[in-house]
Parts: sequence; C-alpha cells; structure tokens
Amino acid sequence: MSHVLTYMTFIPLAGMVAILCLPRERHDLIKWTAVAATTPPLLLAIWLFAHFDRTQAGFQLMERHTWIAFGSFKAEYLVGVDGISVTMVLLTALLCFICIFASWGINKAVKGYFALFLLLDAGMMGVFVALDFLLFFVFWEVMLLPMYFLIGIWGGPRREYAAIKFFLYTLVGSALMLLAILALYFYNDPHTLDMTQLIANSSHYSRQFQLVVWIALFVGFAIKIPAFPFHTWLPDAHVEAPTAISVILAGVLLKMGTYGLLRVNYAVLPQATAELAYYFLGALGTFNIVYGALCAMAQKDLKKLVAYSSISHMGYVMLGMASFTIQGINGAVLQMFNHGTVTAMLFLLVGVIYDRAHHRDIEGFGGLATTMPVYTGVTALAFFAAMGLPGLSAFISEVLVLLGAWQTAPGLTVIAATAVVLTAGYLLWTMQRMYFGQVNEKYVGLPEINGRELFTLMPLGAIVVVLGVYPAPILDLITHSLQNLNHMVLPYL
Amino acid sequence: MNLDTTQSLPYLLPELILVATLLTVFVGDLFVRTKDRLGEIALLGTALALVAVSRVAAWPEASLFYRMVTHDQFAVFFKVIFSLATIAVVLMSLTSREVRRSSQGEYYGMLVAGTLGMFLMASASNLLMAYLSLEFVSLTSYVLTGVLRHSRRSGEAALKYLLYGGVASATMIYGMSWIFGLTGSLDYGAISAVLGQGHVNPLALFIALVLTLAGFGYKIAAVPFHMWAPDVYQGAPIPVAAFLSVGSKAAGFALLIRFFYPAISHLAANGVWTVLPGTQWPQLVLVLSMITMTLGNLAALSQQNLKRLLAYSSIAHAGYILMGFVVLTNDGLRAMMFYLVTYYLMNIGAFLVVMIVANSTEREDIDAYRGLAWRGGAAPAVAMAIFLFSLAGLPPLAGFVGKFYLFAAVIERHFYLLALVGVLNSVISLYYYARIVKAMFLEQPQGGEGRVAVGLQDGFLMGSLAGATLLLGVYWSPVMAMVDRSLRFFLG
Repeated sequence: MSHVLTYMTFIPLAGMVAILCLPRERHDLIKWTAVAATTPPLLLAIWLFAHFDRTQAGFQLMERHTWIAFGSFKAEYLVGVDGISVTMVLLTALLCFICIFASWGINKAVKGYFALFLLLDAGMMGVFVALDFLLFFVFWEVMLLPMYFLIGIWGGPRREYAAIKFFLYTLVGSALMLLAILALYFYNDPHTLDMTQLIANSSHYSRQFQLVVWIALFVGFAIKIPAFPFHTWLPDAHVEAPTAISVILAGVLLKMGTYGLLRVNYAVLPQATAELAYYFLGALGTFNIVYGALCAMAQKDLKKLVAYSSISHMGYVMLGMASFTIQGINGAVLQMFNHGTVTAMLFLLVGVIYDRAHHRDIEGFGGLATTMPVYTGVTALAFFAAMGLPGLSAFISEVLVLLGAWQTAPGLTVIAATAVVLTAGYLLWTMQRMYFGQVNEKYVGLPEINGRELFTLMPLGAIVVVLGVYPAPILDLITHSLQNLNHMVLPYL
Repeated sequence: MNLDTTQSLPYLLPELILVATLLTVFVGDLFVRTKDRLGEIALLGTALALVAVSRVAAWPEASLFYRMVTHDQFAVFFKVIFSLATIAVVLMSLTSREVRRSSQGEYYGMLVAGTLGMFLMASASNLLMAYLSLEFVSLTSYVLTGVLRHSRRSGEAALKYLLYGGVASATMIYGMSWIFGLTGSLDYGAISAVLGQGHVNPLALFIALVLTLAGFGYKIAAVPFHMWAPDVYQGAPIPVAAFLSVGSKAAGFALLIRFFYPAISHLAANGVWTVLPGTQWPQLVLVLSMITMTLGNLAALSQQNLKRLLAYSSIAHAGYILMGFVVLTNDGLRAMMFYLVTYYLMNIGAFLVVMIVANSTEREDIDAYRGLAWRGGAAPAVAMAIFLFSLAGLPPLAGFVGKFYLFAAVIERHFYLLALVGVLNSVISLYYYARIVKAMFLEQPQGGEGRVAVGLQDGFLMGSLAGATLLLGVYWSPVMAMVDRSLRFFLG
C-alpha cells in the first residue's frame, strides 16, 4: 500500500479518461463510471485513516521519483501526508464521492461534466499530497480549468461572469505564488523544490527575504480562503455554480488557502509568520468573521447567505492559526474539516430546495416545516451545526479556536466571540422565515427530500454529530503535526 | 575549421534540397494540372530537408563559404524548427480555402523560399549574410502576404509590410555600416576579436547596436517595430500568418541571439555572459520587453478578429521571450529556445483551428466561435482551448513550462520587476484567451454560425499538436536536453 496516495490522485484521472471514451448518450454508464472512480479513493482514505501513524509528526507514506531532471534543475514526483494533509485528503475523498450523487440530476453535456469533475478531483487530491513545490503548483492550477468550465457551462444565469472572475482572481494569486516558488528555489543552495528540504532549511532564510516571499504566498492563499479584501469572487462563484460544485468549492477549495498557509508559510517561513500572522491572519480573520456574518444577514438569496457564512467561518480558521497556541491551531484545522462537512450539507440542502422551487429567495418560502418535515429536520441539524451549537462538531472547533486565541490575542477573541451572536442571528432568522410561520400556498405540494438526497446528506450529518461529542478521531490525527509546526514558529515570536 | 566553397557544399545539403524543391514547384506549376501536387512537392522537399538537417547535424562544427555562414548546433536547432513549421504550414495550406483560390505555384514556391532564407538567417555569421538572408525572408513574406489577389486587405497588408520592412532594414543596415566602420569587419568572429581589445568608442557602438536592433526587432515583432503585425496577420492567408508568427519570429530570434551573444558579448565559465563595457543594450531590451508584452496584451483585449487577436498575442509573446534575452545567462537562452518550441506547437495549433473555422464559415471574428463546442465542433473547440490556455501559460500545458523557465531565468538573476510584469501580463492575457474559450463553450449557438467540419488531415495535425502541447506540459526532459545540446555557437 505504499502507493496509496498516488492511487488516490490518479484513479479519478483514469476515470476521466474512461468517461471520455464512453459514448455521449449513455448517461447512466457515465455516472456509474464516475462513482467507480471516486469510490476507491474514498475506501483508500478510510484505510489511510485507520493506518495513519498518529504518534508521528512528520510525513508518512512518502513516495519519491525523479520527474524532471535537467542539469542542476530537478523536480520530483514527491507525495506524502502528515496529520494536516491526511485530514484534508479524507474530506476531499468523501465530498467528491458524495458530490457525484449530488450531480445525478445533471442532464446537460453529462459526459463533459463528469469528466471535468474527476479532473477536479484529481487536482484537489494532488494539492493535498504533493510535497514538491512545482508538483504542488501544477495540481493547484490543474483545478482551475475544470472549475472554470464547471461554473461556466453548468452554472446559473450569471455563470460566465462568475467563472471568469473566479479564474482571474485565482490566477493573480497563483502568478505571485509562482514567483515566490522560484525565489525560494534559487535562495536555497543547492537549489531545490522539495518542500521537506525547504522546511529543513527554514532557519537559513534572511528576514527580509521571508517577509517578501511570505506576502507573495499569502496573497495567493488568501484569495482562495478567501480573506477580505480578496473575497469578492466567492459569492459570485458559489451562487452561480451548480450545487455539487458549490459543495466542492466551499468544502475543499477554500481549505486549500489555509492548508497552503500552514504547509508553506508556517513551515518554510516561520520568522515572517511570527511577525505577520497577528495582522494578516488574526486581525484579518476576525474581520472576516464579523464582515461575513453581517453580509450573510443582509442576503435575500439563501445560497448567497451560505456563501457569506463560509467567509465568516473561515475567519475562525485564520484566527486560530494566528494564536500559536496548541488549542488554537488544533481548533483551526478541526474547523477546516468541520466547515467542510457543515457547509457541504448547507449547499446540498440549498440545492434540494432549489431543484423543487427553482428559486432561492428566502422571503419566497414559509412554513416549509409543514410540507417537508424531514428536509426541515436535516436543515435544522445543519443550521445548528453552523451556528456552533454544543454537541455538534463546529462547536468544538470554534471553542478551541477562541480558547487558543484568548491566550495571545484577547482583544480579537472578544470581537470574534461576539460575532457568534450574529451567526445565530442570521441562521435563526432564516430558519424562521423559510421553515416556520405562514405556509406559502404555492409550495404546499412540494415533494419531500428523496432517498438520493438523503444519502448524500446522511454521512455528513453523522460526522457532524459524532465529532460534536467525540472530536478525538480528527484531533488525534492532526495534533502531533501541528505541535511540531507550532514549535517551528514559537522561537520567533 | 574554415571551409572553402567546395568543402562547404556537402554541409549545404538541406538548403540545396530546398532550392531544388523551389525550382520543381515553379517549373511544375507550368505543367501540373492538379495544383495540390505542388503542395505535396513542397511538403516532400521540406521533409527531405529536415532529414538532411538531421544527417548534417552530426558533422563537426565549421565555418562555411569563407566564413559567411556557420554550421553549429544552434543553427541546426533552428533549422529543425523552421522545417517543422513549414511542414505544418504546408499541411494547413493544402486544406486552406484561401490558398486554394490563389495561385498555388507561386505560393508554395515562396513558402519554400522563405524557409531557405530562414535556414540562412539561423546560420549567418557575417553581417552581410545576416542582412541578405533577413531581406530574403522579408521579400518572400511580402509576396506571401499579398498572395490573395482578389482581397484588398491582403494587398494593403503586403504594402504596409513592405513599407515598414523597408524602413526597418534601412535602419538596420545603417547600424551595420557603423559597426563596419568601428571594427573594420562584417565577420562576427573578427568583430568579436576587435571589440575584445576595447578600443572602440562605446557610445558609437551602442548607437550602432540600437540601429541594428531595429531590423531584428521588426522580424520578431517587438515594440516599437510591431505595427505591421496586426494588419499583416489579418490580411494574409491564415497559413501565412501562422508561418510568420512562428517561423519568421524564430528566425529573428536566431539572428538576434547569435549577433548579440557570441558576436559581441563574452561568455564566462559559469554560463553567465558579460556585455562590452559601455554598451548597455540589456537594459534597453529589458524596457522594450516589458513594453512589448504589456502593449501586446492590452491591445489584444479588445480585438474581435481572431487573427488580429493572435497577432497582438504574438507581439506579447515576443516580449515574454525577450525576458530570457536580457538576463545574459545560458539559462536565459535555453529558456528562450525552449519557449520557441512550445510556441511553435501552440501558436500553429491556434491558427490551425482559426483556419478550420474559417474554411467552414468564411469568418474569423469571435462571433463565429459562439457555441462552437455545441454545434459539431467539439474537437476543434477542445483543441483550441488547449492551445489558448497553453498560450496563457497554464499548467499542465507546454506554455506553462516555457514560461516557468523564462521566469526562473529572470528570478535567478534577480530581475524581480521584470518577473512581476511578466506574471501580471500572463494574467491579463488569460482574459482575452478565455474570451474565445467562453464563446466556444459557455455561449450557445444562436443559429447562423454554420456547422464546422474537420477533415481527416486537419484533424490529425490538430490532434498531434494538441497532444504534444499536453505531453510537453507534464514531461519535457527530452526537449530540454535537446535545447541544451543545441546551445553551442561556432564562430571560427
């Protein structure tokens, strides 16, 4: 099983090739091929979860081959996982599998959709397992193209605008990232793109060099998170994207920003991280929390509300990362995982109602609890989880973040903690307007949530509940790696 | 090794094959009824020349014809690119509607003649030879541009091309006369020797170099000698535009590199070049590079005609490639040469799709691409998307690797501003490339765009180019090794 990470990355790609060879009219065959291509990564992810050595902080299951060797230039096919990436790999495998079923209703250019989806899947997996910086960058960019088409072809009315906006924003970030990669490459002697090597050399970089490279990388990652003021692509992209793609966007893609910060900025540039994190992550993250919540409160479109709530929730991740306490940083990564599952549920639920009513106007519903009780029940679970209600997963991670941040940045923590009220406000208010109160006559006959939809939601709901009472399965995975990471930065604080 | 005329002749085998092909086409035009045969003759001749190039490549380096031209790996590399470009362009021409309506004998003859001129440009080691070969390529290009006799635009383009070209080459030869006056020689080796003694007035030499740069800059379509490109690309038949944008540009770069590097600069042991004191041409070219890519990209943003858009894009790409030129390292030169390979694949590919669409619809504007993927043109649409995203420099496509090496060369020498301008330009360029992709995939056909059919031959060429663009994006060691082997200059 030493090639498990390679299999997880390339099986979806093989699935894409297989789908491209299928006749275009065989919709069912195409969809089941997509299922067949996303199931092995999920099973392997479960295997990984079971066999991952939780006592080790370093990278495991590493695989190293020479990719490009020319003169002094060397790029490798180097993959491996530590606690941080294994969590993200789990999340990716799970959400990709679920999203195939969430995409079952796609009937326009089915072949293209599933082929692109699998390419996206491979790209995301690649980002989380790549340990060679060029390989990381290639995977990072590989996701862009399928995402552009998936939003642009299968999206909502303003899809063209949303798709190109997403594309250009991300490309600005990755262009700066490319320069940062090259600067790091040439700064090391001998030149290297191997991240483990870059991390090992992290004490040798001069302060000024670290600051410049840190900012360049930060912009690239902050656009993905998305941190204010780079967030404006997100509401457009999330709203216009088809349901499954919104799930992937919010569930996995946003995590790449914070993952990148931990993997590169923290580990490779610890001194700059120590100096800049308070402002660029702590303060900005807190601003994200409040700003996202306030924007969410003002939305009339349910999907846009969920999109802004993502901005708010990702703020907790940034705040936790900036605390440099073991609670805070553990809470941050746990929040990445929890936000992935909770927000995936929210987007799936938005998709369910949109498929029936063909609009998402919050004011346009009312009394859905009477017509769709099961749906309302699941929605309530997801809403309460997003609110951070005790007993559900997001509570644990948010409390850890606030607990950690309180020790180093009490001022920010107070603001962030107050914003919890705002979150409860917009979610409960939405709940009240859509599900309770006067029954809207137009939607009396709305069919209840069906089996396929429940099938996509149930695993996520179960995770939300289980991690809410017993977060150890994830915390055990990440804690050693994060402790190690934290110790790299601490001397510079 | 300096060889005289008779000793040199065997080395000239590829060029001789091209001359024979050219004559066969011209004479054959008088007798052959099916004019397609002429294209096939040109194709065969160029392919034979390519084989001959690969045979000659293994022979030792030598100066030929009393040091007028040189045989080295650098020249061989470019000759291979030119042959491949011509082969692709002839294949395109065989299915091009525009070409089939023109006088094909002259067309194919001129195409082969242009290739011959480029061969000589890549190997010229004497300013006189450089000038003559450049003019030879220019003259054939004027004719090729104006080959559509029924089209006013084509004639206008040819005239503009001729006038700009005349000014540029006059400026260049004036600069060359200064160099001759300062050094007493036109031979690269002799110029290098005289300049190495350091007795030449640096200011005068700098002026001479700037004037000479005009001619080279014109061939590669760099600002401020780029004005001809949009009109010429738009007016010329599509295969000719492809030929000019790839072949002619590469030839310009070959000439540029050979003159500015081995002839007037000095190579230190670690792969870094030093310029002669007082001649700060790298700074000048650095500014030109930034202006060229920025202007090309900004102008491309608002274009409606695909050929015109690709013309501005090719100006921008001249700017990118010049980034490797100003850093004065072998890494920079390798990056340029590698980029030319990738540029060959993606740019010929893009023009090929433009031609396929134009053959079916007679249109070149962006509206003709609306919903291309949804009206039977899925294959050309996908291929076009690959070529365009590669031009924008997105991984995992060849264009990314090319840009990666260029930026690496720039960062290695700490030209951070240039690198920043370069990457921001890549972002701008994505916008207009994506506009075409958007039209093809994201928009629905509104009827009246017409169906697009792809013939077997075009499909094969398109598939090969797209496949190579993809393949080179994930694995490029062999090509880079070839580029590295080819970075050998011989000036006697």
